Amino acid sequence: MGFDVFPPAFVLLIAAVLIALTRGHARAAVILMAPLLTLWAIWQIPDGVQSTVKFMSYNIEPVEGSPLRRLFATVFAIMVFVGGLFSFRIAKWYELAAAFAYAAGAIGVCFAGDLITLFLYWEMMAIFSTIVVWCGGTPGARAAGIRYAIMHLFGGVILKVGIEGVVVGTGSVQIQAMLATDFSTWMILIGILINAAAPPVSAWLSDAYPESSPTGSVFLSAFTTKTAVLALILLFPGEPVLIGLGLFMVMYGIIFALLENDVRRILAYSIVNQVGFMVVAVGIGTEMALNGAAAHAFAHIVYKALLFMSAGVVIYRTGKNKCIELGGLFRTMPITAVCGIIGALSISSFPLTSGFTTKSMISQAAVDGNLMWVYMALTAASAGVFLHAGIKFPWFVFFQRDSGLRPKDAPWNMSLAMILFAGLCILLGVFPELLYALLPYPVEYEPYSIGKVLFYLQLLLFSGLAFFVLLPLMKRTMTISLDTDWLWRSAAFSVLKLGEKVLGFISEIMAQQRNRLQQFLHRMAVRYLGQPHTADSKEHGMFARSWPIGTTALWIAGLLSAYVLLYYL
Amino acid sequence: MNQDQKQLHWLVRPSTIRKLWIGFSIVLALVVVAQTVVYIKGYFGFDAWFGFGAVYGFVSCLIMVLVAKLLGFVLKRPENYYDQPFAGPRKETESDKVKEDGHGV
Repeated sequence: MGFDVFPPAFVLLIAAVLIALTRGHARAAVILMAPLLTLWAIWQIPDGVQSTVKFMSYNIEPVEGSPLRRLFATVFAIMVFVGGLFSFRIAKWYELAAAFAYAAGAIGVCFAGDLITLFLYWEMMAIFSTIVVWCGGTPGARAAGIRYAIMHLFGGVILKVGIEGVVVGTGSVQIQAMLATDFSTWMILIGILINAAAPPVSAWLSDAYPESSPTGSVFLSAFTTKTAVLALILLFPGEPVLIGLGLFMVMYGIIFALLENDVRRILAYSIVNQVGFMVVAVGIGTEMALNGAAAHAFAHIVYKALLFMSAGVVIYRTGKNKCIELGGLFRTMPITAVCGIIGALSISSFPLTSGFTTKSMISQAAVDGNLMWVYMALTAASAGVFLHAGIKFPWFVFFQRDSGLRPKDAPWNMSLAMILFAGLCILLGVFPELLYALLPYPVEYEPYSIGKVLFYLQLLLFSGLAFFVLLPLMKRTMTISLDTDWLWRSAAFSVLKLGEKVLGFISEIMAQQRNRLQQFLHRMAVRYLGQPHTADSKEHGMFARSWPIGTTALWIAGLLSAYVLLYYL
Repeated sequence: MNQDQKQLHWLVRPSTIRKLWIGFSIVLALVVVAQTVVYIKGYFGFDAWFGFGAVYGFVSCLIMVLVAKLLGFVLKRPENYYDQPFAGPRKETESDKVKEDGHGV
């Protein structure tokens, strides 16, 4: 009973409050120390359930340790530290406080031992990430934040429905592996997949993230989708649906990133692409595949944050975020350019970078499972990643043509943050054992063999050739691409408009009929009762006329006779 | 080298770019030719064919770019697509007009 160990999420929550209360150097100290303290707290948690709290009839387990959970929490804490270092000088205090609370939610999910705790931290992430989106400060950010919040609260409701069903069905709130076999488990799977930016709602990600501030998008890129991957590994390892879904995400990310003009939206689509790799791995579900998913999530958070940081510096320094307006920035921003290129090479899984040592585990898992088509699709996707993120991002931002912009390079703290993550990308690429030692299952995998390296070099370098050969086809235009968010941003609106029109039509017909009825009654009244507004000598309403007395007497005589007749009948 | 070229950053001078193309062409040729010496272990047979990685990488990128291009014709919209007002100024409905005609209620 009670807390035997201190939940690491609480460290960041307290820090989020302290960020609001302190200022100046004290605030900077909180921002930089709290993630390190969190990291320490994470590594104090041994395996297994650490504390149990009785809530109604359920055993709540707020903290449960395992190598997989520690791995995700570790990379989240590192992310908060480097993200804090990157942003503490320019970000608003409320953005940083919200980002810390958001990260606290993510770390809370990592150690959640039961579905109720998981759900609480899940919703906490939804709320505070929405605030981070809003901190973009523009009308676009406000609207995108509302759409983002609706999507995630909706996802939370679906998840909650599923959790209730499973708890009622099994009587246990434990987090345990399941397959999507009935309604409740499907609801849980869908609830998690909404956060993983799976189709058909992937558009929330590329809609919201690029609207946030240059610092906010660094935090946003890390937590939501990766906690969803962790939840999938914990709850749905080996769920076959995920393979097809993941492959779709991989291809969708590439195609839409190729069409995109906004720098951060390119990166946002490539998050969907990379999470697709992890979702495929969870779908394969072998030890090798789950190791690959976890390792790739770790590496992905690092290089994706690095890419968002480099894009963030460019936007912070130039105020521009469209490929068409940028170019030639390598002249005055060498550190940002080099770090961006290292991130781009990592995401493309170039040998000697973290992407190579982690993503190839997923391909290996597909080979081991004898899934030829999956392997070939993943390989084609690796080439496509180099195309859309590996070359396209650095090329259009830092080279391409001379845009005439001569911005200063990043401030020292942003440079340091980028260099730290760029170093980590290469460190994990050269010494993958460091990461392999933290994986949930024992690793018997040799990432580097000369044949494999040569194969990947052929694949990637010829994709690079394809990029430059096809460059005329990739001329950027000032456009956006319709995505499934069209359904709720435009189509839903049109449907409402249509509904309004139909109702308007009905009310029009009713008004017409009412008018006719009124006119009819009016005519009747005039005919029989006379015209009230012409109360002169010309009264001609039937009952308003003055009748001769004789006629009246005749009528009364007639009526009395009729009465007498009736009486005797 | 004329004056114009000197003003350019050395990396973007046409002469450098030509050298880069030549350099990368040699690298591309080397990674394919290297397969005569280095054995690539194929997992499914055909992926060990000579130059398979190069062809597969190039062709899959070609297909992806073309698919993106074709989808672009359907999906691309101007930047302010979602900002446009969805309907014109609200028109007076017919029922209001009827009332104003006034058959004297």
